[in-house]
Amino acid sequence: MNLNNDIVLAAIERRFPGAIASHSTPYGMLTLETTREHIQDMLHFVKEDPELQVGFLTTLNAVHYPNDVGRELCIVYHLHSMVHNFRFRIKVFFPIADPVIPSATSIWPTANWMERQEYDFFGVQFAGHPDLRRILNVDDLDVFPLRKEYRMEDGTRTDKDDRFFGRDGHEGREFD
Amino acid sequence: MQVQSYFSSLDSLDGELSTLNLGPTHPATHGIFQNVLKMDGEKIVSAQPTIGYIHRAFEKIAERRPYNQITPLTDRLNYCSSPINNMGWHMTVEKLIQCELPKRADYMRVIVMELARIADHLVCNAVIGVDTGALTGFTYMFQERERIYDMFEEVCGSRLTTNIGRIGGMERDFTPRFHKLFRDFMATFPARFEEFNNLLERNRIFMDRTIGAGPITAEKALAYGFTGPNLRAAGVDYDVRVMSPYSSYSDFEFDIPVGKDGDTYDRFMVRQEEIRQSMRILRQAYENLPEGAYHAEVPDFYLPEKPDVYTKMEALIYHFKVVMQETPIPVGEVYHCVEAGNGELGFYLISDGGRSPYRLHFRRPCFIYYQAYPEMVRGSMLSDAILTMSSMNVIAGELDA
Repeated sequence: MNLNNDIVLAAIERRFPGAIASHSTPYGMLTLETTREHIQDMLHFVKEDPELQVGFLTTLNAVHYPNDVGRELCIVYHLHSMVHNFRFRIKVFFPIADPVIPSATSIWPTANWMERQEYDFFGVQFAGHPDLRRILNVDDLDVFPLRKEYRMEDGTRTDKDDRFFGRDGHEGREFD
Repeated sequence: MQVQSYFSSLDSLDGELSTLNLGPTHPATHGIFQNVLKMDGEKIVSAQPTIGYIHRAFEKIAERRPYNQITPLTDRLNYCSSPINNMGWHMTVEKLIQCELPKRADYMRVIVMELARIADHLVCNAVIGVDTGALTGFTYMFQERERIYDMFEEVCGSRLTTNIGRIGGMERDFTPRFHKLFRDFMATFPARFEEFNNLLERNRIFMDRTIGAGPITAEKALAYGFTGPNLRAAGVDYDVRVMSPYSSYSDFEFDIPVGKDGDTYDRFMVRQEEIRQSMRILRQAYENLPEGAYHAEVPDFYLPEKPDVYTKMEALIYHFKVVMQETPIPVGEVYHCVEAGNGELGFYLISDGGRSPYRLHFRRPCFIYYQAYPEMVRGSMLSDAILTMSSMNVIAGELDA
C-alpha cells in the first residue's frame, strides 16, 4: 500500500489525538507541528508502526525565529519511509529561554552528530543525548553562531544591512 | 557483548594500551580529520574522531548571499564532484520558484553529473588501491579524471570548484571541443577502466586486504543514516535517482548495484559497477540529447545574453535586476535531494521572501555516516581502519561544511 499525506496524517492523529498543533503541505511535503512532550513518542511510533515504517531519519536541523516570542527555536525532522518512498517533516517549536528537547539518539543513532551540530550552532539542549559537545566549532566558543543575533558582517557596515537583502518588513509581499 | 567486556577490562589495565593520534594531518587520512585511537598492540580498542578542521560556516554565509552566489559555496562541499552539488542547489531553487527545465537542459545536466560521479568514484577506488599498496592504478585513473576535468573546463571554464550551470538551466551550450573530448572519452575510457579493474578486482593481495575490513550490516547502516554507495554495499538498493527522480533520470535505464557484507571490498565493487552504469547513462543521454533551448525562460533568475543587454531595454532591465537581486522570491520551504558521489545530498531551504535564504541546511552524507566509523573499526587492525576510511570516501569539505 502506498502512503500519502492524508494516510500518514490520519495515522498519527489516531495514535496521538490532539498532539498535532498544525499541519500544512508546503510544496507537497506533509509538515506537522507537535510539541516537546510528544515528539519522542511520535518519532518512535512512526518508526515502529507496521503501516508507516518510517525507518530513516534523513536529517534534522534547527531554525531560529527571534520575533516569534515563546517559539523562537524550531527543530525540523525530515523523515523518510524507504519502504513506501514517502517523505514528510515534523517541526517542534520551543522558547529560546528553555531550549530543551528530547534527544532522538535512542531511536536513531544517526541523530547523535546531527544533534551535536544543532547544539553547536543554536544551543539546543537535547535531553538524553549521550555526548552533547560541540562538533564543528572549537570547544571554548561561547556563542551559538547560527542564531540570528550574530551578524555575518562587521556591525558598522551600512551597505550590507537587511534592506539590501529585501528584508525591510515587506518581505513576502506580491510583486508586480 | 563478550567482546566489549574483554575490551573494557583491558581498558583498565595500566600500561597495556597505548594512545595513537591519527591525524589531523596524516597522508593516510586523505583530508584533515583527527582520530585519537586507543590501541592494544595493532588492534584498535576505541576511536574518538574530532572533525571541523575546515569548517567554513556555509550555512551562516548562505543566509547573507543571494541565491546565485550560493552555488560557489556548494562547490566546496564534496569537491571531488562539485557539479552534482551545484546542480542539486540549482534544482532546489528551481523547485522553490516552480521552474520547469527544457529536456535538453536536463540531459546536459545528467551528462555533467554522471561525469562528476565517475570522477568521484574513480578517485575513491584508486585511493583504496593506493592504501592497499597498489599505486599504479591510481596514476592511470588520475589521468582519466583529468580528461573529465578538461570537459568541465569546456562547459564552465573551471575544473575543480566548477560553479557549473545556472538557476534555470545551463550557462552555455556544449562547445564543439566538448563534443570531441566527450566522444573521445566514451571511446577510450571503458577499456582503460577495465584494465584498472583487472588489476584489483581478483587480485589476491587486494582481496585479502579488503574482504571483511570495516563491515557494516544493512540495519546498522540505515540506523546510522548511510546513503549512497556505502549503503548499497551493505545491501540496500536505495538510490535517489530512482526513488525520487530529478532532472529526467527516469528517462534512462540503469541498474543499482548492491553488495552483501558492507565491507571495503563491497564498497569498492559497488563503486566500480556504478561507474559502468554511469557510462550507460552517459551513452543514453548523449545519443538522445534533445534539440532545443539549454535553459528555461526565467528572466528573473537567468541572465540575458550579453549582447542583448547592450541593445535591448528589456534585457538590460533583467540584467540589472538579477545582478542587484531585485528579484521577488516566493515564501516557502523546500527539501530537495540528489544522489551525490557519497549519497543523498539534501538542501533544506526556508525562504521568507528575502533575497537570501532565511535558513539553508545541507544534508551532507559524509558528515552523517562518518559517525559510524568508530564502531566500524573497533577491534580491527590499524591498517584496516585506514582502508575503511578511504573506502567510505570521507571528503573533508563535505564533512565540515
